[in-house]
Amino acid sequence: MTRGPLRNPRIVFGVVVFAALLLVAVFAPWLAPHDPTEQDLLNTLAAPVWKGGQRAFLFGTDSLGRDILSRVIYGARVALIVAVVAASLAGLLGTTLGLAAGYLGGRIDNAISRLVDIWMSFPAVLLSIVLAAVLGAGLHTVIIAIVVIDWTRFCRVVRAEVLVQREQDYIASAITIGLTPGKILFGEVLPNIAPLLLTLFTLELGIAIVVEAILSFVGLSATSGIATWGGMIAEGRQYVNQAWWLMALPMVCVIVAVLGMNALGDGLREVLDPVERR
Amino acid sequence: MTSSYLLKRLLWALPTLFGVAVVVFVLLRVVPGDPIAMMVPPGAHSEDIARLREMYGLNASIWSQFIHWLGQLLQGDLGNSISLREKVVSLVLSKLPATLELVIVAMLIAIALGLAAAMTGVYFRGRWPELAADGFAGIALAIPDFLWALLFVLLLGVLFPLLPISGRIDPGTEFEPRTGFYLLEALVTGQLGAARALVAHLLLPAFALALPLAAGITRVLKSSLIEIMNQDYIVLARVKGYSRARTLWRVALRNALIPAVTLTGVQFTFLVGGTVLIEYIFSYPGIGNLAIGAVIQRDLPLIQGLVLTFACLFIITNLLVDLSYTLLNPKVRQV
Repeated sequence: MTRGPLRNPRIVFGVVVFAALLLVAVFAPWLAPHDPTEQDLLNTLAAPVWKGGQRAFLFGTDSLGRDILSRVIYGARVALIVAVVAASLAGLLGTTLGLAAGYLGGRIDNAISRLVDIWMSFPAVLLSIVLAAVLGAGLHTVIIAIVVIDWTRFCRVVRAEVLVQREQDYIASAITIGLTPGKILFGEVLPNIAPLLLTLFTLELGIAIVVEAILSFVGLSATSGIATWGGMIAEGRQYVNQAWWLMALPMVCVIVAVLGMNALGDGLREVLDPVERR
Repeated sequence: MTSSYLLKRLLWALPTLFGVAVVVFVLLRVVPGDPIAMMVPPGAHSEDIARLREMYGLNASIWSQFIHWLGQLLQGDLGNSISLREKVVSLVLSKLPATLELVIVAMLIAIALGLAAAMTGVYFRGRWPELAADGFAGIALAIPDFLWALLFVLLLGVLFPLLPISGRIDPGTEFEPRTGFYLLEALVTGQLGAARALVAHLLLPAFALALPLAAGITRVLKSSLIEIMNQDYIVLARVKGYSRARTLWRVALRNALIPAVTLTGVQFTFLVGGTVLIEYIFSYPGIGNLAIGAVIQRDLPLIQGLVLTFACLFIITNLLVDLSYTLLNPKVRQV
């Protein structure tokens, strides 16, 4: 961290995107000019301002006359909540198993590593199709799908890193002064792999935002009342020939969010990883 | 590389398939929703519902359902789709060729793009074409295929309407295919008008699928090419009077291919999986589109059949990758 992470353009870009997402999500009720579910059936598919639309609807309205801008603002809430919750749970599960596998070794390591191998050989698409069919549509489906599919990312990397840390002198010292394995794992090893976890978590946020967009695009995420970026894109896809701007704004949001999280993750890896830094 | 090796790999695929079949069967039996409730009109008689349950074998115990299902499966019968009221096998077989054509075209595009970008980057090392190649790989990798597809729909389909964004062929095109492989058939029988229409419909979905893979190929191939260009035998080839381009193309590329082929193989399964969404976005009538419809309709027999089909595709892909690997790498071939 010594080199000043804010000198890294990727980190700056990523932080700006994340901060914007967070602010928009938190202050959605104050930022949004309209209620995202309020219908104005006299003003359906209204054009955005620069195409001669009204000032009241900056980015136009959808097929039910709902304000696009307000819906995109509220959509940020869903995207951020799903991303943070899903990435945290996937990280928690994967990190716990990875710590156990790497530190305890032996049979436990064997069992967990095998499980990860089998899991990763099963294509994510199949898994999510089956999960979606089993769980039905809803935000819980999206979160469960992300956790079930992506815990392996954390598990593999954490295990490998713990294997490295275990051989370090500070662990030997900790054992010598009589710390229990639990204290060593959570008090010593975990803080040392925290930068790595932060990187993985950031990248997972980007993945989760895309998965949420995909599942709501297909109609398997939140039910129609709630505004989601994916759901808006799906609706816009239907009217794309009459009103292309319907899908443009939510699409830009997803793309910027994904690029931001990826840049932040890559930047953090560059800054935090001593090998990359050299 | 013997036929016994091939046979062994094929036999090894069977327990995997069986495992997938069991998992899918069990998972889908614990589904909370009732598939019959979705196919009857509201206010249907309870006797009619009972009769339908009987007809689709949903009343028997889970074990006898499984044995029955497995027995049928071995005879090549995957049951009837509940939402489309057609045999699952014939549905899948009628849509599979479209998906295969899409996947293969996407694969070819990815290889061509990846190869071109990597070679350009290495040949013009340290000059602007290398930066362009790196930039292409960076952007193509950062944006997932789902978003590429939507971008293409918006930019090349609507704002600058260059290519069609929906379906496989225009309804008005004069073309009466006898097989499911429209493009192949049109090319073989010389119906160039139809072939043009088919290619136009394929381009955007295929590019959306291909871009992330092309980026991966570019990166891996470029780094192994750069490593190889520093080897002694490259210097030797240059001393013997080979031009830089020829050394790159004839000597270095062959030695750099193995890691790229491995990556392509691993990524190819993602590409097959990616068809699910891409076909849905472009209303392309393949098995991916069918799968999304099946999930939305909660059509259990169809979902089972499709998951098994995808599992078969993944297994076959891995087999082909292993084969190409042995063909390329003499060390593995002799074992």
